[in-house]
Amino acid sequence: MSETTGAGAPPETAATEMTDPASRPRRKLMIHPPNLSPGYRSTLLRAPSKPAVAFKADPDAIELTSPVFGHGEVGPLDADLTRQHEGEPIGERIIVTGRILDASGRPIRNTLVEVWQANAAGRYAHELDRHPAPLDPDFTGAGRCLTDDEGRYGFVTIKPGAYPWRNHPNAWRPAHIHFSVFGTAFTQRLVTQMYFPGDPLFPFDPIMQSVPDPVVRERLVAAFDLDVTEPEWALGYRFDVVLGRTPMED
Amino acid sequence: MLTPSQTVGPFFGHALPYEGGPDLVPEGHPGAITVTGRVLDGAGEPVPDAMLELWTGETGTRGVLRREGEGACGFGRCATAPDGTYRFRTAPPAGPYLALLVFARGLLCAVSTRVYLQDGPDPLLDSLEPGRRATLIAQRDGEVYRFDVRLQGEGETVFLEF
Repeated sequence: MSETTGAGAPPETAATEMTDPASRPRRKLMIHPPNLSPGYRSTLLRAPSKPAVAFKADPDAIELTSPVFGHGEVGPLDADLTRQHEGEPIGERIIVTGRILDASGRPIRNTLVEVWQANAAGRYAHELDRHPAPLDPDFTGAGRCLTDDEGRYGFVTIKPGAYPWRNHPNAWRPAHIHFSVFGTAFTQRLVTQMYFPGDPLFPFDPIMQSVPDPVVRERLVAAFDLDVTEPEWALGYRFDVVLGRTPMED
Repeated sequence: MLTPSQTVGPFFGHALPYEGGPDLVPEGHPGAITVTGRVLDGAGEPVPDAMLELWTGETGTRGVLRREGEGACGFGRCATAPDGTYRFRTAPPAGPYLALLVFARGLLCAVSTRVYLQDGPDPLLDSLEPGRRATLIAQRDGEVYRFDVRLQGEGETVFLEF
């Protein structure tokens, strides 16, 4: 149960056969990074020191439900980050698409997917980002959409740049897009980051490397997909997000 | 094939917060309560770049992202201020507690907890020793319920795994 010791936790396949509720946090431990990951300095004073209390929610528990999103809440241009301003942003135009699925592979329909990212130069349109790279007046870097009946989402954006941060000397974040996803239960709520294939910064990034299992870590890397790529227009990447089981399914 | 979690990072402020996000009900809504407090780190310092999500368990009659009209929405989102404070206005939940999620730079996984509006017999509360139980119970002052989130150290909030 300790959040600091990943060793000894059962692999994912074995854990799915276990029914002991106490095994559940250990299975999650293998999927998700331990909150205390000293290589990522900001975790030192923010990671809880005590393990989360494993609690068997009763069927009426609030956490087994989730908000329902209406189509009127998302604007038609919200999913196209290249058309939110007067002009087109500078950078490499890309398409990012995929599906939001539950642990059994079922699509999560009409669920909200939010993304945010740096611009092509590696600068966020955020007042506290001090990286001396140019802001792009035609790029905010925030998008949202609802999934369709197959759980599919899609964004048009530009490829974000890598950027430096002050975690350690010469620290650089690999290019990434932040994702925020809702499931059908509040317990499935997930915020994660999507990376681009073949980035040489992966081994040096303590945030990506905080995912202990290298096979699981690879799930954060989008796949280049020629079928998603549109000729004469934009490269395409595919990135699926698979959310955890709800407590009722365990 | 579950997708692992990653931190929300420091730069979500131009993307995730939305107008009216902390107000689950309009001002003057009958019976409205305020849930407010601070997010603190292991040194007792305020966390100025956390984002909290409150869920009452009821979808309600107001949009989640577009807060037009009267009525209530069950979901709220609030980024912390530079002094670590957050504030939600909500209708009281049907049950004794509200669900609260906390995201922040330095949290690789969001942490989940419950804001109990009063103490009383409860399967979760009763499973905790008294010192830890107290971390889940909001302090009431009229219509204002104060609930601090201590991520680490003395008085560390009980976080939940379902």
